[in-house]
Amino acid sequence: MSHSGWETVIGLEVHVQLATKTKIFSAASTSFGAEANTQACAIDLAMPGTLPVLNKQAVHYAVMFGLAIDAEIGKESAFERKNYFYPDSPKGYQTTQLEKPIVGRGNVEIKLADGSTKNVRIHHAHLEEDAGKSLHEGGFRHGVSGIDLNRAGTPLIEIVSEPDMSNAEEAIVFAKKLHSIVTSIGICDGEMSQGSMRFDVNVSVRPKGSTELGTRTETKNLNSYKFMEEAIVKEVERQIDLIEDGGTVKQETRLYNGDTKIARPMRSKEEANDYRYFPCPDLLPVIVSDETIEELRRNLPELPDARQARFIEQYGLSDYDAAVIGSDAPMAAYFEIAAEKSSNAKLTANWTMGELAARLNSQDLNIGKSPVSAEQLGGLVARIADNSISGKMAKEVFDGMWAGEGSADDIIEARGLKQVSDTGALEKIVVEVLTANQAMVDDYINTDEAKRKKKLGGFMGKIMQASKGQANPQQVNQILAQKLNELL
Amino acid sequence: MSIERQEIEKLATLSRIAIGEDTITEVSQRLSSVLELVDQLQAVNTDGVEAMSHPMKATQRLREDEVSEINQREAFQAIAPDTEEGLFLVPKVIE
Amino acid sequence: MHNLTIAELVKGLQGKEFSSVELTQHFLARIAKLDANYNAVITVTADQALKAAAAADKRLAAGNAPALCGVPILHKDIFCTNGVRTSCGSKMLDNFIPPYNATVVENFEQAGAVVMGKTNMDEFAMGSSNETSFYGPVKNPWASDSVPGGSSGGSAAAVAARLAPGATATDTGGSIRQPAALCGITGLKPTYGRVSRWGMIAFASSLDQGGPMARTAEDCAILLNCMASYDDKDSTCIDREVPDYGATLGDSIKGLKIGVPREYFSAGLDPDTEKAVRAALAEYQAQGAELIEISLPNTGLSVPAYYVIAPAEASTNLTRFDGVRYGYRCEDPKDLNDLYTRTRAEGFGDEVKHRILIGTYCLSAGYYDAYYGKAQQVRQLIQKDFEKAFEQVDVIMGPTTPSPAFKFGSKGDDPVAMYLEDIYTVATNLAGLPGMSVPCGLVDNKPVGLQIIGNYFDEARMLNIAHQYQQATQWHSLTPEGVA
Repeated sequence: MSHSGWETVIGLEVHVQLATKTKIFSAASTSFGAEANTQACAIDLAMPGTLPVLNKQAVHYAVMFGLAIDAEIGKESAFERKNYFYPDSPKGYQTTQLEKPIVGRGNVEIKLADGSTKNVRIHHAHLEEDAGKSLHEGGFRHGVSGIDLNRAGTPLIEIVSEPDMSNAEEAIVFAKKLHSIVTSIGICDGEMSQGSMRFDVNVSVRPKGSTELGTRTETKNLNSYKFMEEAIVKEVERQIDLIEDGGTVKQETRLYNGDTKIARPMRSKEEANDYRYFPCPDLLPVIVSDETIEELRRNLPELPDARQARFIEQYGLSDYDAAVIGSDAPMAAYFEIAAEKSSNAKLTANWTMGELAARLNSQDLNIGKSPVSAEQLGGLVARIADNSISGKMAKEVFDGMWAGEGSADDIIEARGLKQVSDTGALEKIVVEVLTANQAMVDDYINTDEAKRKKKLGGFMGKIMQASKGQANPQQVNQILAQKLNELL
Repeated sequence: MSIERQEIEKLATLSRIAIGEDTITEVSQRLSSVLELVDQLQAVNTDGVEAMSHPMKATQRLREDEVSEINQREAFQAIAPDTEEGLFLVPKVIE
Repeated sequence: MHNLTIAELVKGLQGKEFSSVELTQHFLARIAKLDANYNAVITVTADQALKAAAAADKRLAAGNAPALCGVPILHKDIFCTNGVRTSCGSKMLDNFIPPYNATVVENFEQAGAVVMGKTNMDEFAMGSSNETSFYGPVKNPWASDSVPGGSSGGSAAAVAARLAPGATATDTGGSIRQPAALCGITGLKPTYGRVSRWGMIAFASSLDQGGPMARTAEDCAILLNCMASYDDKDSTCIDREVPDYGATLGDSIKGLKIGVPREYFSAGLDPDTEKAVRAALAEYQAQGAELIEISLPNTGLSVPAYYVIAPAEASTNLTRFDGVRYGYRCEDPKDLNDLYTRTRAEGFGDEVKHRILIGTYCLSAGYYDAYYGKAQQVRQLIQKDFEKAFEQVDVIMGPTTPSPAFKFGSKGDDPVAMYLEDIYTVATNLAGLPGMSVPCGLVDNKPVGLQIIGNYFDEARMLNIAHQYQQATQWHSLTPEGVA
């Protein structure tokens, strides 16, 4: 399966749900998880005589995105009707933007695994409304679909990239970068599982070196990076195989089912839908003033790249750590609170990216739902840093915090886990152990100098036992070495 | 300019209106007649003239992002043709 | 009582000469007795009306009630009325009972007006004869073999037959002015954006406007005071103070410059209608106005442009009627496509279907530029014609229709013949200007109307001008035979 003679061209269309309280054209709530059709008002239901009124926050969020990617801002934009029939689209048209989008050309820089950077051009980003949901089963009779219009009217920005990506890795990194940007500036909650971000991938192939674009297909509605990657890889393979077998790629819309791993063309949508776009007569031209743009720019929250750089500068984090934590807006916020509390950024970073992340992952939790708060983690790290507890003890304390037993100090106190670092006390324990284990001591003395190091573990074990695990290991090592030396 | 039968069928599909075999000729005649009327527009020179989508020179008002719509599902679904479990029911949607 | 104008009824109510309940009972009785002759009313809300009348009487007794308190009116069945069927003249909405009020309806409710029912209309406001209604045609009270005009035929006939002293209506291409002219009453289409479109079922969003119909300009002023308001639920509604339209009715019109477009007095105009209109213009001259001939050169393009833009917008305003959330649904749909195509084939009448098809055509790929794009450019030209004219004149006048009411079915199978009825009225909608019609004569014992077109938001002056004419003439107070 050598595909070396081919190159892949990928473009992404990303739908980002804006985190406004209300819909784009009505004042109904956008909260996730409400009972079916309890957040669908007359406008969302397309009742006769209802009219749209534009949500100011949606406009501002869109402009903020434009500013975050250094894009042209469409100071005068307009809405159009995109006409098609589907039960989740109650008006029979979607109100969107076409000729005059609110955000024009921009750029997103991505960093790849090999350390290189690449610029992905953004063609434009426009405002539009989300559709409702069709449910194919769920407590109602067979043979029908149930329509829930709670989601109908949720504001979206659709971000359209140029076909600048050439493999799945670039597409994923780009998608993650967008996710990082929109969550960092606070315009989207980034909850992929809730459909806050959905990706459509346009894929085409062409002979290596060719400058002409091949026919592309669009795979719609991917809401996980894993599925996006799988879908891209599969589609590239399919297209290459097809062409190499003498066929031609048909321009079509496809779906990928991440559970069954099956990709297929979408049914019907007949003769490439003629959407008959035209300016929506119920909405007037949208004007964004220079003052508004400047104010939004002034108040724009920190962007991921800037935050990453700041983490390196301010906290002395490594490039890698800064990249991991800095690109994840909620994690970054968590980290900063914890680091402030612990006064040890490096150690806090380790714990955040390591133990905490692993535990959250294993229970499929978002950092926002972490049972261990940032303050609490910071408190734990502070106790490790000041030698109150050993690294091993820290794990136990973490478990306790996760279980809801309180702060690190509470648990250390309650379980009596305070590390013994008092030199005098430790010396006492060491001497006691050595005295009680004469055979081991003799063995140590009689061993070759080169092989003595291995024997230390045995003493350590007994000392830790004697101290119920609370002896400060580093100090014990020192004292033990000293005492043993005296005996040599 | 007359409008072909194929065109009518396409329009009927786009607008989701079933046009019966028995009426297609009549529909075609009527539409062709209207098209003749509107084709008069072609004779006019409109170079450089801006298209007017709104009669008034006004701009879009922006609404504050505050929830003010309450749950009226019962009232709305009382007049719906087919609902169950709070959902609007339609024949199975196949994607 | 039914020969009193709204102005007189208001005086009577406020002066305790009669109660709202008495008044309402009187009109309800007339509707019950006479509407079979006209078919002007689709739904009568007798119980609600009497309740409202009783409440109005209480308010009147307490003193300080608004002008329209206790006055019975009818709403065109295009305005959503909470809890009351709103059919838009269509089978598609025959079972539609909205759980909300149109802003216009709300305004009247706040003012204490008494709503007696919903009037008949061309289906989805598409028509100029009220022959396309699912509920059957409306008969012109002046001639039962003739149309009342459309789409607000029901409101016009009801007012002409004195079934109600006033009614609300809507105008997209002439649907207030033309029926007003054909039924011998006064009707006004305000400036686009003056009256809220919230709850007013949309036909062509950039052209639709709600307005009053009554027998006099003074009455229209009273109704417009109530209808006009800034509504933040309608993005196209203009935020501009509503003057008291009745305050300046008595102003002198001496020196008024009246533009008379030569294109409105051309071949298609019936000579007797022209005579009546010219007589009206002469009356204005006698009152001290100056007649100035003007040209609106793109008049001939207004009907073609309208019949691209209106159906195009309508085609997408009507896609929501799909049998899913409200309204008509075909029986036993076998799949989704069947649900849509059969619901819409069965729920819509022929004229509506044809306009949807034409509208879809004009917006489709390959045709957009030539039709919709072109029509929107022509619209700009038409607006510029008016702009230029208003540099020279204060108002523009001419005939409302090319002839008096035509007989049922006389426009035959050719839709264009019907569309040309609108030849003098559509340009006003395209430009968004206000227009009104006042009765100015009888031709073959059928009324004809004088159209007055004003500049943007000049309704007060138009009503003043119309009122002055009505002070000096009698056409507006003529009663059709059989209407006692």
